[in-house]
Parts: sequence; C-alpha cells; structure tokens
Amino acid sequence: MSIAAHPGLQIWFKIALGVALAVALTFLTLPVAAIFVNSSPRELASSLGDPVARDALWLSLKTTAISLALIVAIGTPAAYFLATRRFPGRAVAITLVELPLVLPPAVAGIALLAAVGPSGILGGVVSATGIELVLQTAGVVVALTFVASPFYVRQAHAAFGSVEHTLIEASRTLGASEARTFARIVIPAAAPSLVAGMGLALGRALGEFGATLMFAGSFRGVTQTVPLAIYDRFATDFPAALALSAVLVAVSAAILLSIKFVVGSEILGGSASR
Amino acid sequence: MAVALAASAVLSGCGGGGSDKKPRLAVSAASSLTQALTSCSSAFADAKVRLEFGGSDELAARIRQGAKPDVYAAANTKLPQALHEEGRLDKPRVFANNELVLAIPQRSSKVHSLSDVGKPGLKIAVGSPSVPVGSYTAQALSRLPARDQQGIEANIRSKEPDVKGVVGKLTQGAVDAGFVYATDVRATAGKLVAVELPARLEPTVAYGAGVVRKTAHLAAARKYVQGLVSGACEAALHKAGFGSP
Repeated sequence: MSIAAHPGLQIWFKIALGVALAVALTFLTLPVAAIFVNSSPRELASSLGDPVARDALWLSLKTTAISLALIVAIGTPAAYFLATRRFPGRAVAITLVELPLVLPPAVAGIALLAAVGPSGILGGVVSATGIELVLQTAGVVVALTFVASPFYVRQAHAAFGSVEHTLIEASRTLGASEARTFARIVIPAAAPSLVAGMGLALGRALGEFGATLMFAGSFRGVTQTVPLAIYDRFATDFPAALALSAVLVAVSAAILLSIKFVVGSEILGGSASR
Repeated sequence: MAVALAASAVLSGCGGGGSDKKPRLAVSAASSLTQALTSCSSAFADAKVRLEFGGSDELAARIRQGAKPDVYAAANTKLPQALHEEGRLDKPRVFANNELVLAIPQRSSKVHSLSDVGKPGLKIAVGSPSVPVGSYTAQALSRLPARDQQGIEANIRSKEPDVKGVVGKLTQGAVDAGFVYATDVRATAGKLVAVELPARLEPTVAYGAGVVRKTAHLAAARKYVQGLVSGACEAALHKAGFGSP
C-alpha cells in the first residue's frame, strides 16, 4: 500500500506543504517589509547622515568583526577537537559549549557581570591585568563573543564530523602530519559549512542587545551599538528608529548575500550544512 | 501569521475574563515606581492589577504605537501632559514628588560630594536624555558653572535607557557615582548612599498619572489613579520616600 496508490492524499500533502511555506514566508517577511514601507528613502539617507547613527554603525561593524575573528581563531580548533577526539565528559563539554545558544540575552549579561564584572568572581583578576571590560568597547566584544560563538562552534563541529574519513586517512598514509592534514584537507572540505557558521554568528553578534546593555552599558562611540541606538530612539523619534533598523537590515542582508556570493549559493541554502 | 496571531489572541484572552469576576487593570508605570506600586497594588480591591515598569518615555512611545494599558504613571508631568494633548490620556494629575540625588556606593573612597564627580578618571552613569531621570540630570548639570559641568560630562561612561540601569551599574561597581532618584537609593537598602544636590541645582521632579482613553475599565482605572493621591498606594509611595505633591 504505497502513497502513490492514493493520488488524493498526495495532492493534499503538497497543498499542506505549500500553505505552510506561505504562512512561514508571510510571518517572517511582513515585519521586515514594514520597516521599509514605513521609512522613506529620504529618512534612510538622513539617518545615515546622523553622526550618532554613524558612530553606532561603525562600532557595531568593528566589534562584530573583532569578535568574529576571536570566534573563528579559538572556535575552529576547539570544534575540531570535539569532532575528532573521544574523551570522558565529551558530551558534557559539547552541551556546555552550546549552552549560550539557549540563554536569554539578559541572563548572558548578568552571567558576564557575575563572572568578570567589577564585583564578579574573576573581577579582581581581570582588573589586576589592567584590562577594563565593563563600560568599554572591549566589554561589547566580550558580550558579542559570548552569545555568538556557539553558533559557529556548533556548525564547525558538525562540519568536521562529516568530512570523509577516507580523505583524512589517505593524507596521513601519504605521510602528512595531523596539522598539515587539518590545514590542507579538513579545512577546505569543511569550508562551506564553516562560512555558513560564520554567517550565523555574525548575524547574532550584529543584533546583540541585552547582554551588551547590561554588561557594557550604552555610550555613543564606545558601547552604543546599532541595536542600542535603535532602542534609544524608539521613544523619542520612532521614524529615526525605523530608518536605523532599515540600515541594520540592509547591512546584515548585504553581508549574508556577499558570503553566499563568494563561497557559492548552495552553502547558506543549507544543502551542505550538515 | 494567522496561526501566531490566533495563538497570541488565545494567550491574551486568558488574561481578560474567566474565572474571577474582577477586571484586570494594566498599569504602565515609571521604573522608579517599581517597589512602591508593587507593594500596594495587590491590595487594590476593584481589580487585579497587572504592573508593567519601564522608562517613562518607552512606555509613552508604546501607547503612541497603539498599546492600551488602562493607567499610565510617569516620572514627569511632561509625558502624561503630551499624551493628554494628543487625545490618548484623560487629564493627568500630579501624584508624587521625588528628588534627584547623586548616588554612590556605601563604602565609596572616591566620591564624597558633588565636587568629586568631575575629577579626572572617575566613572559615572546617567539616564539617557530621552528618559526623565536623564533629562533631570542634564537640567541639574546645566546649572553648574561650565567648567564643573564639562568635568562631570567627561566622566559619563553610560547613558542607560531607564533608572534601573543606572542603579544596576552602581551596585555592580561598574561606576563610581550616578544620578538617580532619592527613592532608588532608599530601595537598595543601604548598598547605595545618597548625596543631596544643592538646592539651586535641584530640578522639580513631579510624577503625573492618568487614565488611558477608551479603557474598558474606566471606573477601576479612575479609582486606581485616585488611590495614588489618597489611599493604599499613597501610603506606599510615602513609605518608599516619595513626597506629596
């Protein structure tokens, strides 16, 4: 009794899929479209001319870039370790690394304060090294890195786990060291997925709000990222808040699209992400 | 979309009527009223009160965007008056006074008076200019001699979206001083100490509240606002350190 024997059922199934996609698309695109419907090109342009908005945009791009560099530098080898080694407590380690994914941003902010804030458990150690985090740009980077890194590490872990084992073995049999194999074989094979993970982490970092506000505060040019600037305008100047939101959407979309364009369209489309 | 809207309609519907007959009264109030109103609102006889706290300006912006609480209570008189003039709020009334103070941690070694706040290297937090506590702060600082004002402004490290943010940065030790209301300092139960501002700097901090237009619970909402001036909430406000208008 195959499904093909019930053409009626097959049609309904197709319709259900189509309806679900239509509902999902409408729900996800309507709010974003509304931002652009409600802000005229002139408002968009004038919001970019506003020095406060420009400072926020520059700060957002700078802090996101730094935290993405940190995430990739530490996250790539860490994910490779998780993907290729079996050790006691591995499952716990994986869960702990992924935990910030499900933490509300406010919890992330409180947690960072409790850990490395001035009265946190490591507050004394941090200040003894002369590094200031709270109310500083460095604090924004810490907050972004904390909330965004699991998106990359998770993806990288999955990517390394799915690299053909025969490739790695062939490379080792031919006398290449593990480091060389990693650099020449594993990284290129996993690259599309790694880039997809970078895209996810970047999107999360660019949109971070709660942890930044609680941990780093809000000050123009130092800690006020675009989401904080949007919130600051929401009360006094809704059109300006909308216009700045539109800019953030445009920047995020441009970054995602250029990643797609550079690395190939199948990557963020999802077919290679597992 | 339809599914999400239907689901949220079910969720908000649950709060509406149902098991008990008391209406639900939604009160949007300034952050600085958190303790006082939380303690007195459970005793309000005419309705079950649901309190929402935030920066007065954010709450007003939400009302302008179509949110419909039943009562709006702000940390100034300007915002309720503006909403009234826009036809969104019945005539507001002044129900309490507060005082802007310099708040410092209990065992502060760095700050003892206002004149210390402008010293180089000190870190302070204030409210964003859009929120009442921030505009009161700007008003007070503008009455200082230009040099003192610039010294203090150079030390500002964060402009928080509501007064709780300033208090949080202080209690966490992230800043050495901040400008908040006297009642906020009192609510920290000794963690923070208030340094009074000289009378010539002190702005008039008056709180205004009103009934949101087209509320479904007009009688209860009016009674709640009346209770802020005379009643259980008036007593709670007094206890929290607010002055009578």
